[in-house]
Amino acid sequence: MSAKADVLAFCQRYARNRAALVALGVLVAIVVVAIAGPHLLRQGGPFELAGPPFQPPFGRFALGTDMLGRDELVGLVYGARTSLVIGLVATLFATLLGVLLGGIAGYYGGGADEALMRLTEIFQTIPSFLFAILVVAILSPSIESVIIAIAVVSWPPMARLVRGEFRSLADREFVQACVSMGMSDLRVIALHILPNCLSSIIVTGSLLVATAILTESALSFLGLSDPNVMSWGFMVGAARDFLQRAWWLCAIPGVAILVTVLAINLVGDGLNDALNPRLRHL
Amino acid sequence: MQVARGRARYIGRRLVQAVPTILVIVTLNFLLVHLAPGNAADVLAGEAGSATPQYMAYLRHQFGLDQPLYVQYLDYLKNVVTLELGYSFREGMAVRDLILQRLGPTLLLMGTTIVLSIGVGILLGLVAAGRPNSLRDNAISTFALVAYATPLFWVGLMFILLFSIELRWLPTSGMTNIAAFYTGWRKVGDVARHLVLPALTLSLFYMALYVRLMRSSMLEQSGMDYVVTARSKGLTERAITWRHVLRNACLPVVTMAGVQVGNLLGGSVVVETVFGWPGIGLLAFRALFARDLNLLLGIFFVAACLVIAVNIIVDVIYSVLDPRIRLR
Amino acid sequence: MSETILDIERLSVDLPRWADRPQAVIDVSLALRRNEILCVVGESGSGKSVMARAIMGLLPAPHLRASAGRVLLDGEDLLQADAARLRAIRCRRISMIFQEPMTALNPVKTLSAQIDEVLAVHTDLPRRERTDRIAAMLESVRLSDARHLMRAYPHEISGGQRQRAMIAMALILEPSVLIADEPTTALDVTTQAGILALIRDVQRSRHMGVVFITHDFGVVAEIADRVAVMQHGRLVEFGEAAQVLNAPSHPYTQALIAAIPGLAPMNRPANGSAPLVLTVRALEKTFRASGRRGGRDRVVRALKSVELTIRRGETLGVVGESGSGKSTLARCIVRLVHADNGSVVVRDVDWMRLSRRQLRAHRRYVQIVFQDPFGSLDPRCSVGRLIAEGPIVCGVPQADALARAYSLLELVGLERRAADRYPHEFSGGQRQRIGIARALALDPAILVADEPVSALDVSVQAQVLRLLADIRDRFNLAMLFITHDLRVAAQVCDRIAVMRDGEIVEHGETARVYADPQHAYTRALLAAVPGRHWQASAVRTVAAGSASAFIEHHGAP
Repeated sequence: MSAKADVLAFCQRYARNRAALVALGVLVAIVVVAIAGPHLLRQGGPFELAGPPFQPPFGRFALGTDMLGRDELVGLVYGARTSLVIGLVATLFATLLGVLLGGIAGYYGGGADEALMRLTEIFQTIPSFLFAILVVAILSPSIESVIIAIAVVSWPPMARLVRGEFRSLADREFVQACVSMGMSDLRVIALHILPNCLSSIIVTGSLLVATAILTESALSFLGLSDPNVMSWGFMVGAARDFLQRAWWLCAIPGVAILVTVLAINLVGDGLNDALNPRLRHL
Repeated sequence: MQVARGRARYIGRRLVQAVPTILVIVTLNFLLVHLAPGNAADVLAGEAGSATPQYMAYLRHQFGLDQPLYVQYLDYLKNVVTLELGYSFREGMAVRDLILQRLGPTLLLMGTTIVLSIGVGILLGLVAAGRPNSLRDNAISTFALVAYATPLFWVGLMFILLFSIELRWLPTSGMTNIAAFYTGWRKVGDVARHLVLPALTLSLFYMALYVRLMRSSMLEQSGMDYVVTARSKGLTERAITWRHVLRNACLPVVTMAGVQVGNLLGGSVVVETVFGWPGIGLLAFRALFARDLNLLLGIFFVAACLVIAVNIIVDVIYSVLDPRIRLR
Repeated sequence: MSETILDIERLSVDLPRWADRPQAVIDVSLALRRNEILCVVGESGSGKSVMARAIMGLLPAPHLRASAGRVLLDGEDLLQADAARLRAIRCRRISMIFQEPMTALNPVKTLSAQIDEVLAVHTDLPRRERTDRIAAMLESVRLSDARHLMRAYPHEISGGQRQRAMIAMALILEPSVLIADEPTTALDVTTQAGILALIRDVQRSRHMGVVFITHDFGVVAEIADRVAVMQHGRLVEFGEAAQVLNAPSHPYTQALIAAIPGLAPMNRPANGSAPLVLTVRALEKTFRASGRRGGRDRVVRALKSVELTIRRGETLGVVGESGSGKSTLARCIVRLVHADNGSVVVRDVDWMRLSRRQLRAHRRYVQIVFQDPFGSLDPRCSVGRLIAEGPIVCGVPQADALARAYSLLELVGLERRAADRYPHEFSGGQRQRIGIARALALDPAILVADEPVSALDVSVQAQVLRLLADIRDRFNLAMLFITHDLRVAAQVCDRIAVMRDGEIVEHGETARVYADPQHAYTRALLAAVPGRHWQASAVRTVAAGSASAFIEHHGAP
């Protein structure tokens, strides 16, 4: 009964943040475009040569055509799908892995904790973007390899967060009370520790999605995207040599990335404020 | 003094501790080569197309691909330790020499970026926290929010569009004006002019990060008990901010800067590619294009060593700022 | 009869809109004489700290504002003074010291730098003279090796030394008024005794007026010349110390004093033939903290071969200061922390020999009541679920477990309806009751109480202690009672063990140990209890009747 009241209170708190509300609307719109857009457009797909190249926007084509004559608007819509799918799936994997490893290390401490710390230190030392490039290059660029590469470099921050939360919660007296009552570790973790750090995980997850989208766009800018899939970064990279002649080809997809990532960041901030209400009277 | 001796010993110890990490990275390199589908030599030769039989034979010899795996591994280790990082057929030079040649520009870019992003970040964060929720705070916070969401490559291209193409204030790419053979101070000025846009581009994202961090850190420290004590001593608010709060508030920023070094190197790949800056980032991009895995792995290894070195420096700097951390 | 130096006239301080009450301080009038210690006493929420800050102009504006009244320092109204004037006065005419010296000092600056700041801001003295004055001042607060200590950072010295340094910093310009906001609350009892003596000496030698904020009547008895009692923002009583302490007129003061446990142990008939429920032998625990960021490992021997026994129906108190190892002892007995060596025999089973899985079935026999009422209950669970969860895990069907929860809630003095509510809806005292109910749900043989009342106000404390005593008698439980407060221990414990640095230095029947302590440390502990000479028993019997009536009228906490 109180769960419903909790959810209502949370929504009210979230709605108080005007920017986060707007950002949520923008994000929903982007998701809708990504899901429904390809069905509503002409059947050709983003790689179809729809018309003469270098058509400026606001003409026959809403956003113009690129250097080969591909429709920019169509490319943008399909690119939304790519970015969101890769961002979400990679983050999901990274989160699952991070929560698992971080949780074990944080709760049990000792050897598992030491091992995790060493591992995340090594990952912190490896320049993550270079590593992602390497992984994609070796596995040959495809959606799967990009997702794997991003997940592999994203899990350490999540693992460190979860480890920190689990460790501090495991020391809290209410958790110790549960242990002293003879509860199994699984029950303590699932029913008492995890619910209390879920909000941090959600907020960090949302920020990881934003980072994943930025990484994916950088990878595809450098030419490491799936050749069968249109991506915003790829659009900017392909148009790079034509900056002087048709600057909008670089500008527009970049703006799309900017808006999406900004919206996700704002939603993440909004979630943070709504899930951890403090007196914001500064 | 005793503290300095302690620091020297600490650095020595950290270098020793770094050995296992480097070992893991080298092993990772080795595994990556053999993880790639297809024959390792094929992978290493890449789709360059111009892999002559001699080169293939050389590669096979270097990696001992006809020998058992562990022997290959030990050979590889030995090579890396002696900095024998292989030969890049595409570039026509030994990998080691290639990297050394390009390391300077990257260090210059990274150094400038670190100084710029931390300096401006701390300053703006300080200003923003000075009067929370004021107009200037909102302006700075919004700027940070947007900058944090902006893709590096796009910002670089937009800067080129604006400053190089439209306004013609700054050059579009490269590190120097090759046609003009500047020497001495004119050369420095030339490099500086070329450095502006790449450094600005790379700094933007991290500047945004440090601004947000510094702002929240300042606000957090301002609520601490020692600030009330300082006030009770009769200090002005300005003195309290500059002499008490600032130093404490900088600490998380320094820590974060250390964490971000690896990401910074990754970002330099993109920025150097966009601006044609002749550093190891651009080299990595070219190696990628040419599928020159040998060169890529060499760059990866050197980059990791660089990150380790910078991390040690950052930890030492942190220990200078925070007397609670004593390096022994 | 010295004249008044600090005159507070009808001071009121408003709270911001979102607070639970409109004002923190309501129409308070006090006077501090030139050469006296005035103690302001009250429980949490009484407004005493807010008033102290208001005097110094240190209220966190704009949230808290002094809305009415005057604060006259030598005739000058501080509330009307502008910022520059206030800054000039601070430390020069009036100073303040705070409760927690670790956070009240800047961690990245040396002591001398922080004290020097006071001199640099207010005087024109050259550097060498300033350094000399700092060293002299540090020596006068009895910090040995002052020249060396000056260059230390706050984290490198002990809590008592930090507080002395703060006092030195506050007094270096020889102000006429010192405001001390609970300066000894965070210190160990022996350290506290030293600081109290220091403050009293300093006050006498410099003829200062000191406003000493505290919640501890023992401290009041120790040093006060006059006493002001505050409740809910109002001043309820104000007079000479002897008068207020021994013959208080206001019912609230009477209730507070009645709630303070005396140092005279209560005598219960000892039952030496009851079976042993807990036997601890040779328990050892050493903590190794690996130094991150390049530091060396820190080795702490928390328990050095500790032995004790408890019989059924008996309460054993473990008394010690911070760092004595008493908390570690409790946690090792319950096996929340794994001891390195030794045996813990509960009802003939050695817990140290059991595997984790085997242990789970036995855990129900020893239950804990924790110290922190705010951290010991899962904020996301309803109270009923918190209490019923233990039995459910042990296999009791849900309906029965819930029924037990209801009856336990009534037992501890709460309503059945409380089972549907969440922890944040309850006060600190009520949460401790819930914690006790939870501990009882599994029908344990031994109750371990780890500082169960330390975080509670004194009036609430008495009630929870009474509840614990009731429960112990009703269920014939054995109880292990950890505390640092010797008065509380006298109240509740049949036998007592004194711990220091991981060892039990003395143990025996409470009455005997208090009357005739054998070990030097025990003697020092007993001597350090503030106000031990104060006989409140006369007040207690008189006030007991009116106290319970008062509490009933104003609601149980």
